[in-house]
Formats: sequence, C-alpha cells, structure tokens
Amino acid sequence: MLENIWELLQFDFMRNALFAGVLVSIACGIIGTFVVINRIVFISGGIAHAAYGGIGLGYFLKINPIIGAIFFALLSALGMGLVVRKTEQRADSLIGVMWAVGMAIGIILIDLTPGYKADLMSYLFGSILTVSQENLLIMLILDIIIIVIVSLFYKEFLAISFDPTFALTRNVQVDSLYLLLVGAIALTVVMVMQVVGLILVIALLTIPAAIAGQFLKDIKYIMVASILLGMLFTTVGLGISYYFNITSGATIILVSGTAYLVSLGLKILQK
Amino acid sequence: MKNEVIKLTHVWAKYNKAPILEDINLTINEGDLVGLIGPNGGGKTTLFKVLLGLIKPYRGTVKILGNTVREGRGYIGYVPQLVELDREFPVSVAEVVLMGRLGKRRLLQRYTRKDEIIVNRTLEQVGMLELRDRSISELSGGQRQRVYIARALASEPRILLLDEPTASVDPQRQKSIYELLKELNQFITIIMISHDIGAISAYVKSIGCLNHRLFFHGNPPLSTETIEQTYQCPVDLIAHGVPHRVFSNHDCPLHYHE
Repeated sequence: MLENIWELLQFDFMRNALFAGVLVSIACGIIGTFVVINRIVFISGGIAHAAYGGIGLGYFLKINPIIGAIFFALLSALGMGLVVRKTEQRADSLIGVMWAVGMAIGIILIDLTPGYKADLMSYLFGSILTVSQENLLIMLILDIIIIVIVSLFYKEFLAISFDPTFALTRNVQVDSLYLLLVGAIALTVVMVMQVVGLILVIALLTIPAAIAGQFLKDIKYIMVASILLGMLFTTVGLGISYYFNITSGATIILVSGTAYLVSLGLKILQK
Repeated sequence: MKNEVIKLTHVWAKYNKAPILEDINLTINEGDLVGLIGPNGGGKTTLFKVLLGLIKPYRGTVKILGNTVREGRGYIGYVPQLVELDREFPVSVAEVVLMGRLGKRRLLQRYTRKDEIIVNRTLEQVGMLELRDRSISELSGGQRQRVYIARALASEPRILLLDEPTASVDPQRQKSIYELLKELNQFITIIMISHDIGAISAYVKSIGCLNHRLFFHGNPPLSTETIEQTYQCPVDLIAHGVPHRVFSNHDCPLHYHE
C-alpha cells in the first residue's frame, strides 16, 4: 500500500494534483466560511456558471481560458454583489439571470471559435490530473491575494457578515467591502473550477465550512478546520478516483458529501 | 438650560415609495428617556432609520448634536430588533461587542487593548461579563438583547436608540431590561420603540405617538384619546403606570406581535 502511494508520487501529474488540492483547500476554507455564514451559496453557484462565459472568451481570443474565467467571474460577482446591496428587487431572480446568460455567452463564443476544443470538458467537470505548472502558479497567486485581503479586512468582513446595518451606522464602507468579498469569492471559484469543474464548485466551497460550522463556533477555527477537511477530501478523493479509474472531480465531491452526511449523523447523536 | 441632541424639522420620508413619515417635528434634549409608540407600519423603525442615515428624508432636515446625520450618527448607539440578526452566526459575545468599536478604528487598523477594556466594561455594565466567551447561539433572548445593548454602549454613544428592546424577551426579564435602561439614562439620552404602552409609561420620561405623523410628544400619563388618535381605533388604557397593559375588545385589530 505505502509502496503504491510512493510510486504514485513519482508521477509529475500526481504531485501537481495533490498540490492543486492543497492550494484549492486553502482558498475554499477561508472564503467558503464567509459564503456559508453569509448564506450566499447561490451567488457562488451563479459566479461559477457565469465564469463559463470567460472560458468561451478565452478560446475565442486564443488566450488562457482561466484568465478569461477570472475576468468573467469578477464581472459577474460585482454585478451580483451590486444587485444584492442596491436593488429592492428580488435578488435571486437577477442572480439566476446572470448565471444563465454568462453560461450562454460562453457556449456561443465557443461555437464561434473554429478548431477542436479538446479540454473543454475539463472546465465543466474538472481535471485535477492535468493541472499545468502555469495554472498551479495562478492558483498560488490567487491564494496569496485571498489571504492578504481577508487578513487586512477581517474585522470589517466579520462585521458586515454579522450585521451590515450596524456596520453602516458605524460609517463602515459596507458596499465596497461587500464587493471586495464577492470578488474574493470569484477568485476562489475560478481556482476550484480547475479541480472539480464549474458544476461542482459549490460543493467544495461550502461542504468543508458547513461541516466545521456544525461543531465549531469561532470563525477562525472554522476556517482552519475547513482547510484541513478540504485537503483531506481532495487527497482521499484523488486516491479513490485513481484506484477505480473514475472522474476525480466527482469522486472528491462524493467523498465530501459522504463526510457531510456522517457529520450530520454525529451532530444528531451529540444532542 | 437643556441641550438639544436631536432635532427634526418638517421631515418627510418614504419607504418603498410610500410616504411613511409626514411632517415630523421632534426635538430630543440631553438626558431624555423617550418611549415611541404607534401601530405597525406607522413609521417608528423608519424614524430610527432616518436618524441613522439608512433612509434619506426627501424633505426636511435632521440634526444630531448640531451635525449632519453622517457625522452625528457616530454618537448614536443602535440596538436593532433581535429577530433581524442571525442567531446561528458563529461569533462570541465579546466579538459582537467589539463590533461597537468599529467606528473608532479605521480600515486596516486592528482593535487595540483599549477596545478590549471597553468591551469588558460595557459587558459588566449590562451584567454579561461572565458570558463574554460564549457563542451568541447559546444565549437566551434577554441575554442577547443585553449583548446588543453592550455593543451599542461600546461605541461610547451619547444617544441610544432601541427598537423593541423587550419584544422577544420573557416577561420576568423585561423588567430588568427596563431597569438597566433607566440606569443608563443617567448618562445617555435614550429613545426606544415599544408596543408595550403600559410598561414603558412606567419607565420613560416622555412618550411620542407616531402613526405617519407624530401625534403627541410629551409627558405621560397619556390620555386614551391621544392613543386612539394614533392607532386610529378604540384603545382602552387601564392601570396606567403599571407594567401591564389591559385592553378591551377592539373594533379593529391591533397587531401587537409580528
């Protein structure tokens, strides 16, 4: 068993995959905690799907589709953030529209791009085994950006998540900070997309934080526990998918989902 | 010589396009303890939102300690209704109260030792110091209300606004909240919204009746006519000054609890 694992680690793609799992877990643990406590899982799903427009744009302009996805994810995050903060209309309908329109733009742009699109499916369902060195570098940079943003604005993020109205009366720039937070969600979504695909992003973003949140009542501890859980899920999922030769992204999500069910059971037993 | 802390002149405000506040003139002096009553949708919470700069009046002026709302609201401590906050939020009592210090610390600035000291002091004031490290999800309604009062106090306010401070608090604890407010009133001007006319008239120094217009602002006891005018339906007010309210049958429904 140990020898098998050692052998696996001799492969570049396996080392890259494990490294990608670690990098993604860091972002997911920190940002996923804010997603869960702010109850904005739906926005995160919207951003993930709208980002497909950017992937289409990347193909169309012949640049790295991830760059296009970052651009589209940020744009849709700002749009959705503004909708939530500024309009009195039902925010969820408008988010649903952006979710679908972003995705539609991506499909059309890919139609308009001539040639064979080999790795298109990898953005939908993830491809942790083919993450390139370049994409790992992008992930690392995004991680650093997220950690810097959250540690600089932690007290404000906590305050606007808990009680934005009170924060506003203390002259905190609630709207700008909220947009910064959804911007950080957008960056995380793009990272996670490469590992599990955009359809499954929500799961890896929210399941670790949702599990940790059941047992811990301090946001910093929830973040740390979520990071560790994320690392565990991606590593175990990767191992199982390799062993049974099944899709890695979906396996990681099933491992996470099973752990979530177990945690619910434990929580019920605890009472 | 009394100092004016809040002055509203001919204030009109809308909420969702419908005018809620009509021609409000109100002066609050330093040291006042005002109870604000009136039917639901009558504009009590809207009046608070105007004072906090969350809704801009489309006519009239608001002055807080002689300043504009944006500058003046720094002197206001706000205690929202309990139901507005997520009680499952993973945050400790001390962390919540620390948020009261937000206005004193700029962006990128960390909370200091002084903030910690003030947090402990205000928690002691409201009798919650032993529970400072508890998660708010473990607290009762009355305890959480005290924590939000402490959060408001932590901003070292000169005016305290409370939106139904006893709404989700069990009756035995309601009295202790009123007693606490009476104590705090020695240093801080207080305005509180309440549905409990009988109870608040035992504690407040003056009462305002708000139903789109401010019908009355003055000292209790409050006449039945004034209240009927405000609520626009017959109200029978018995046992004045006693923390109980007794009403007869109404011709129109009074919505006491949402």
